[in-house]
Amino acid sequence: MKPFTYERAQSPAQAAAAAARVDGAKFIAGGTNLLDLMKLQIETPNHLIDVNALALDKIETTPDGGLRIGALVRNTDLAADARVRRDYGLLARALLAGATGQLRNQATTAGNLLQRTRCPYFYDTNQPCNKRTPGSGCGAIGGFSRHHAVVGVSDACIATHPSDMAVAMRALDATVETVRPDGSVRSIPLAEFHRLPGDTPDQENVLQRGELIISVTLPKPVGGVQVYRKVRDRASFAFALISVAAIVQRDGSGRVALGGVAHKPWRVEAAEAEMPRGSKSVTEQLLANARTTHDNAFKLPLVERTVAAVLAEAKG
Amino acid sequence: MQNSNEFEMSRRELLIGTAASATMGAAPSRAEAEGAPENARAAALEAPSMSKVSFSVNGVARELELDTRTTLLDALREHLGFTGSKKGCDQGQCGACTVIADGRRITSCLTLAVMHEGNSIITIEGLGTPANLHPMQAAFVRHDGYQCGYCTPGQICSAVAVLEEVKAGIPSHVTEDLTAQPQLTAAELRERMSGNICRCGAYSNIVDAITEVAGRPA
Repeated sequence: MKPFTYERAQSPAQAAAAAARVDGAKFIAGGTNLLDLMKLQIETPNHLIDVNALALDKIETTPDGGLRIGALVRNTDLAADARVRRDYGLLARALLAGATGQLRNQATTAGNLLQRTRCPYFYDTNQPCNKRTPGSGCGAIGGFSRHHAVVGVSDACIATHPSDMAVAMRALDATVETVRPDGSVRSIPLAEFHRLPGDTPDQENVLQRGELIISVTLPKPVGGVQVYRKVRDRASFAFALISVAAIVQRDGSGRVALGGVAHKPWRVEAAEAEMPRGSKSVTEQLLANARTTHDNAFKLPLVERTVAAVLAEAKG
Repeated sequence: MQNSNEFEMSRRELLIGTAASATMGAAPSRAEAEGAPENARAAALEAPSMSKVSFSVNGVARELELDTRTTLLDALREHLGFTGSKKGCDQGQCGACTVIADGRRITSCLTLAVMHEGNSIITIEGLGTPANLHPMQAAFVRHDGYQCGYCTPGQICSAVAVLEEVKAGIPSHVTEDLTAQPQLTAAELRERMSGNICRCGAYSNIVDAITEVAGRPA
C-alpha cells in the first residue's frame, strides 16, 4: 500500500471541500473494496477522508411515503430494516444475495454504488486494462471473459458493475443525493448515475471531483410481487453471472432490471411493456444489440430462462 | 544431547528476520532515490504518515500511534500481540481475521485501525480463556469443529455474532419469509457462515457446534 495522510471529516460539506482541495484524495467509509484495491496499488490515494463519523446512517420516511437511506447505512442494516423488508423486498433480497455477513456489516449504501468491477484483468496489474490504465488496452476482450458484459460494451472495456443492491435500486427508481465542494446539493436518478464504458471506462459515474453521496432515496412503495434471482457459480459469496430483479403486478405489468450483464445496472423501460407477452419478448428488448464473446454468449439464454423463471414465480 | 536452545528460532522470529533482511536489501536503492533532487517529491510521498487512534480490545483501553496503512488486523497482531486473529487471504475472502467491533463481526483485514477510534473490539482472546472457555469454543472442541485450527478463531467469532444476528431478526439470503423471525436451521447457519472458509472442510462439525450453542437456554 502507498502511504497516505488521513483525516476524519466532521461534516459532509467539509468532507467534499477537503476532497476537492487535496489532489489524489479519496473518501473512505466501509473500505472493503477500496482497501483491497489499495493493497494491490490499483487505487493509490495519497489522502484518505474518513466519512464514518458523519451522521449519514439513518433511514427516514420521506414526506411522500418513500425512504431516504443515509449514505453510511450498512448493507446489513438496510436489509434488516422493517420498512425495507415489508415494502421493498426486492432491495432486501438483493442486499442479502451479496457478499458475506462480515462484509455487509462493513459495506455502506454509497460505497456499494461506487464499488469497482471485479474483472480479473482490472485486478491484475501485469495485464492491460483501459479502466485501470487508460490507453493500455483491454485484456478481457479476447481473453477469459466468462463473467463479462454482453450489453452496452465498447471496444475499450467489457467489465460489469458487480453490485446486487444497485440492480434492485434501479428497478425501484432510486435517486442519489450528493453534496459538492461548494456546499450545493443535487439529485441524480440512479439511471443516470453510472456510465457506460465508451472510450473512457475509467470514468464509472457522473460524480464530479470532491462530490460526496449523502443519501439514496426510494419513491413510495410500488407493491407487486418482488423477486431477485441471482445466478452464480456457488450458492453463497460469489458475484453474479447474471441476476434478475423483477416487480410484477397482478395485471402482469411490472419492471425488470438485470445485473452481471453491463457496466451499470441494466434496465430498458421499453422492454417492460412486453411483460404480459412473456420472457422471450422482454429479453429480446432488454438484450437488443448484445455483443458477446465466445466465453459469455451463454448469458443471453441464461437471462431469458431466468426472466421466465422469475415471472413464473411471481405469478405463483 | 546437545543443547541447541539458543539457536532455535520460532517460526515467528524466522519470519520477522526474513522480513527485516528484505527491508535492508531494499534500503540502498531508496537512499539513492532520496539523493536525486527530481525524486525528492516521490520520496516524500513514500514516507509513512502516522496517526493516533484509541480503542478498547477485550475490555482494555489501548492507545496507538500507527502508520495510517495499518489494518485493524495488523494492529491487533503486530502491535498489541493478539495473534489469535489470523491473516489468511488479507482480502476479506476467508474470514480468518474476523473480530467483533462494537458488537458486529467484521473482517479486520479490510479495515484500517485508525478508522476504529472509540470502538470496542472483541477478539478470540476476549471470548474465553483455556481455563474458562466460551460456550462456542467448548462446543467447537466437543464437536471437533476444526482440523488444523487456523480458521477457528475467525469461525468462532463469526459464529458468536451469527447467533446475535439471528436473535436480532436480521434475515439472510435463505430466509423464506423476510418479515418473520429467522429460524436456526442448518441451511441458515451455512449461509450465514459462508464468509468463513475452512480448507480442512470441518463444516458439518462447525454447524453441529453452533446448533448446540444456539439450542442452549440463555
